[in-house]
Amino acid sequence: METFLHQLFAGLATGGVYASLALALVMIYQATHLVNFAQGELAMFSTYTAWAMVSAGVPYWIAFVATLALSFAAGAAIERLVIRPMANAPILSVVIVFIALLLIFNSMAGFLFGTDMQSFPSPFPELEAIQNPYFSAHEIGVLVVTLAVVFGLYSFFRFTSLGLALRAVAVNPQSARLVGIRVGSMLALGWGLSAAIGAIAGMMVAPIVFLDPNMMVGVQVYAFAAALVGGIDSPLGAVLGGFLVGVLENLLGAYVIGTELKLTVALALIVVVLIVKPSGLLGKTAVTRV
Amino acid sequence: MTNSYAATLPRTQMPALLRYRRFLLLLLGLAALSIVPFALEDFWVFQLTLVMASSIALLGLNLLTGFNGQISLGHGAFFALGAYTQAILMTQFSVPYALALPVAGLLCLGFGMLFGLPALRLEGLYLALATFALGVALPQLLKYRHFEAWTGGVQGITLSKPEAPFRLDLTPDQWLYFFVLALAVVCFLTARSLLHSHVGRAIVAIRDQPIAAAAMGIDVARYKTITFGVSSLYTGIAGALTAIAVQFVAPDSFTSLLSIDLLVGIVVGGIAQLPGAIYGALFMRFIPTLTEHLSKSATGAIYGVILIVFVYAMPYGIAGFVTRMFMRLTQAMKRRGS
Repeated sequence: METFLHQLFAGLATGGVYASLALALVMIYQATHLVNFAQGELAMFSTYTAWAMVSAGVPYWIAFVATLALSFAAGAAIERLVIRPMANAPILSVVIVFIALLLIFNSMAGFLFGTDMQSFPSPFPELEAIQNPYFSAHEIGVLVVTLAVVFGLYSFFRFTSLGLALRAVAVNPQSARLVGIRVGSMLALGWGLSAAIGAIAGMMVAPIVFLDPNMMVGVQVYAFAAALVGGIDSPLGAVLGGFLVGVLENLLGAYVIGTELKLTVALALIVVVLIVKPSGLLGKTAVTRV
Repeated sequence: MTNSYAATLPRTQMPALLRYRRFLLLLLGLAALSIVPFALEDFWVFQLTLVMASSIALLGLNLLTGFNGQISLGHGAFFALGAYTQAILMTQFSVPYALALPVAGLLCLGFGMLFGLPALRLEGLYLALATFALGVALPQLLKYRHFEAWTGGVQGITLSKPEAPFRLDLTPDQWLYFFVLALAVVCFLTARSLLHSHVGRAIVAIRDQPIAAAAMGIDVARYKTITFGVSSLYTGIAGALTAIAVQFVAPDSFTSLLSIDLLVGIVVGGIAQLPGAIYGALFMRFIPTLTEHLSKSATGAIYGVILIVFVYAMPYGIAGFVTRMFMRLTQAMKRRGS
């Protein structure tokens, strides 16, 4: 029972990371109907930026905030410089450009920061009060941060006029433009937010998996799985899917198939969801007019 | 990708020069390729063998992604399946390499069609997603402990290079070169015939207008599955040939980067252009060697930048560029002649 609870909490913690990254994917999907294959690499690069700052002696939370700001700017810049010219391009070209970004960020990280594994600090202190065999301080911290992100985003989209404008652009860019919303800025904002959320996911997972240029490849596949399980156009679904995938991964890994085939679980999950229920748990069924 | 004139232009509309010179060029090229292994050192013969093997893989991926519009980011998996089948048959069951090759190919055909079945329901991005996951998950599967008796786990499998048969006076490298060359020619001619047949027209129609294609009576599901199967057959054969040439297979040769390399190959060579497979394969083999002089990590960045540049500036890749130059040359000659 003790190991079960331990695995469950570990699953929830990694699930929180998947949920954040899935949320970042869903944000971009909602606004542009694209799946960002470079999301994980962007997050990895952000995490390296944070690591460089922390190693240089910057206090963790200042580095955290600075990384978010930088990631936001980078995300918005990518939207403006690379993605917007592709607005009417065929899907294949867009996928190729995302793969190109993935390669660039991956090798840039290796080039700038080295390819050795680095340990990344956890900001959450090991307090006496929460010493227990079931979960670590970092796991609780990840959960709290994830929930805070989800709640913050929910409030942003639900209660602010900027959030409303973003939603309007996602639903119908033409009409949004007609009522005076600057569609371009909103898309850039969406990409910026998505990159910042990805950065949070990266900084939360780095203390668990260690920092190296390939650390996010697996995480990204899980985030894909999470987004698909929850429904790729549903933010709430992404969060739910993230936790579900995290727990499933840990429990299956611990009790059924061992840790070696964890990625295959994600693959199987993706294929099964896409075949059985392509819209996911909470997604809308896509209807195409012919 | 909406058009590719190499595939869609009727032969009768091609300039006469292009029609006959092509055939002559092909013969000339084959003659040159047959001299090569005697003129170069074994190292270069080996490199060119690998180029030809990769070109078969690119041909396969191009059939699926370029001509049929199904995006695969996990074709490395079929490459690995072919390579491992070849290696396991040769070492564990002592099957001669020439017999193991068709088995590896057929296995990939079957597996590809099986994967193509669920892929039928996935369009564009979703298929890219599922195949991406396949490519990432693959090394883990190859390392899996319960398959270790067959796959050799992390250690992989070492093969021996086949000797030239019939007492031909060739080094193993030279013999393998001719073996792969012959197969590559067969693969290219088959792909060409396929694309010029009604099947090929159906494949391209499904890419351009799936709904209209279905309305015209094309069995979209059937053709998509066939294309997936044939594509992985080609890629699997390429994997098997590469395994024989390199004499070694291991999980770390088949990371998700291999699938991405293949995608880079068809983009650079030319999407939906048959000769593109050759240019792409040359690029894949020799550019990383050059870039690694700059820095260990430079290859990825250069690949990335090249991908973006090609998508924006040269959407039909090197093959499209060459065709355009050739057309221009032919037209200029025509004008001078008249």
